[in-house]
Amino acid sequence: MARMVTTRNKVISTAAAWLVGFLIFFPILWMVLASFKTELEAFAIPPSFLFFHWTTENYVTVQERSDYFHHALNSIIIAGGSTLIAMLIAIPAAWSMAFSPTKRTKDVLLWMLSTKMMPPVGVLVPIYLIYRTFGLLDTRSGLIFILCLGNLPIVIWMLFTYFKEIPKDILEAARMDGATIGRELIYVLTPMAVPGLASTLLLNLILAWNEAFWTLNLSTLEAAPLTVFIASYSSPEGLFWAKLSAASTLAIAPILVLGWFSQRQLVRGLTFGAVK
Amino acid sequence: MGQITLQGVQKSFGPVHIIKGADLEIADGSFVVFVGPSGCGKTTLLRLIAGLEDVTGGAILIDGRNVVDVPPAKRGLSMVFQSYALYPHMSVRGNIAFGLKMAGIAKDEINRKVEAAAATLNLTPYLDRKPRELSGGQRQRVAIGRAIVREPKAFLFDEPLSNLDAALRVQMRLEVTRLQKQLGTTAIYVTHDQVEAMTMADKIVVLNGGKIEQYGSPLELYEKPNNLFVAGFIGSPKMNFVTGELAKQQGATTIGVRPEHLKVERNGQGGWHGTVSVAEHLGSDTFLYVDAGPLGMLTARYVGELDLHPGDKVSLIPDPARIHRFDDSGKSIRA
Repeated sequence: MARMVTTRNKVISTAAAWLVGFLIFFPILWMVLASFKTELEAFAIPPSFLFFHWTTENYVTVQERSDYFHHALNSIIIAGGSTLIAMLIAIPAAWSMAFSPTKRTKDVLLWMLSTKMMPPVGVLVPIYLIYRTFGLLDTRSGLIFILCLGNLPIVIWMLFTYFKEIPKDILEAARMDGATIGRELIYVLTPMAVPGLASTLLLNLILAWNEAFWTLNLSTLEAAPLTVFIASYSSPEGLFWAKLSAASTLAIAPILVLGWFSQRQLVRGLTFGAVK
Repeated sequence: MGQITLQGVQKSFGPVHIIKGADLEIADGSFVVFVGPSGCGKTTLLRLIAGLEDVTGGAILIDGRNVVDVPPAKRGLSMVFQSYALYPHMSVRGNIAFGLKMAGIAKDEINRKVEAAAATLNLTPYLDRKPRELSGGQRQRVAIGRAIVREPKAFLFDEPLSNLDAALRVQMRLEVTRLQKQLGTTAIYVTHDQVEAMTMADKIVVLNGGKIEQYGSPLELYEKPNNLFVAGFIGSPKMNFVTGELAKQQGATTIGVRPEHLKVERNGQGGWHGTVSVAEHLGSDTFLYVDAGPLGMLTARYVGELDLHPGDKVSLIPDPARIHRFDDSGKSIRA
């Protein structure tokens, strides 16, 4: 009897999980479907789900009108660059706070997080003026700089929590075993920190890739990443759902693929320490 | 060689004095146990010897050489941690070999030594496994393997058995003792478990509040405790303490009698009268917790089974030769 209930519960919860998963995934699916419709079909009511005239013309138009690869390259450079620099700054910072904390370490961490509490729009005007003065508007380096600064607190926090999870005993054991600081770093610390480093890197990459506020406000064409590319389909000549969808699909495709292949690493990283 | 001498060793963290001047002489090849309640400074003292903490004052001599400014790796000691502290990303072989690798020893030699250490500890079948694939006892053995392979001057053990279950703990206790005797290497072992201390040690250091209360062989501590603290800490169940008129008659402020030195008599004459409040029947022993009125609660141990139950009246007769006397300051009075 008990077993029957368990089986039924299992079926119900599996179905519920699939349903919730589908609901979450639906907007993305809908976007992908819409990108293969004609403009007319894209906002037809009632909407057609699968039985419509499939076309790739939107993709052709999108690539013709605005150079996808130019924006994609910008996205890669900006997201990659800002992530790399943020990691380079964050690793030693988190390292020192995790392994030789002082009385003020907690305060420093909280202060860093507090910078994320201010809405970016609050500093848009001053930042814009500074960028204009220094000729950073619509430059890749300008965007790398701002995204790096914006994500740095999160990167440091994440790395700090990962490093904190590494038991001090193990480092001391290495020291007793005769490892110098350098060898301790290479042979013991880094291999143990790899999952944390990897998931921080991935998450930061995704955040930087999707960041829209600063990229939309501080770039127009030259340095414009994919976010600007998408946005350009929602303003000038009215709303073109099908083309907008095609542009969005193209924009999220790389990060979606990356996320798909690294999901195991991401989940493991984000739940690190929670499940032991 | 592995002779370790502490001379007035002090340690403070800010204004807090953790170790208030420790003097100790540990003979080569002996097994010394640091025991005391939590927070007494036993682990700190071990870490000072290891070099994982810097001393605030005093000297630590290893084979006559002051090592307070020598980094941990150069002191020639190896340590077994409570948490095992194995390198999770390395195999058992990698874990045991790590210290040798750091010392720059040739590969063949490392292999030979690792195999030998693994054989000693019955770890040979597990050499290529990762620590997470091992049981608690096996992990502990790997930690010990890592310590012995370097042929140190002394082993430092920081509560190495406290994460194991009771049965395994007893078994590992024997293994560690046997191994230490076989290798003849000096060992310092920290524990809060006085049974471990009594069974493993050649000599015990009882620590309390950052001070060494007594240093001696297990039986010395049991038979001639220096003060109330050592008397109460060593021995299980704890020694009974009686103050007041009875103590005064003996010329002391407090007298102490161990539970095993109280003779139990049903409705007997003389001795101390009381009512059994709890009786624990273990078969081999019977522990009685007796409410002795003005004397307080007394514990008595009877070897074998004694058919007594809560509410029964008993009298407890202390063995006159085994009464410990303590003065005002808690120090032992020796006749």
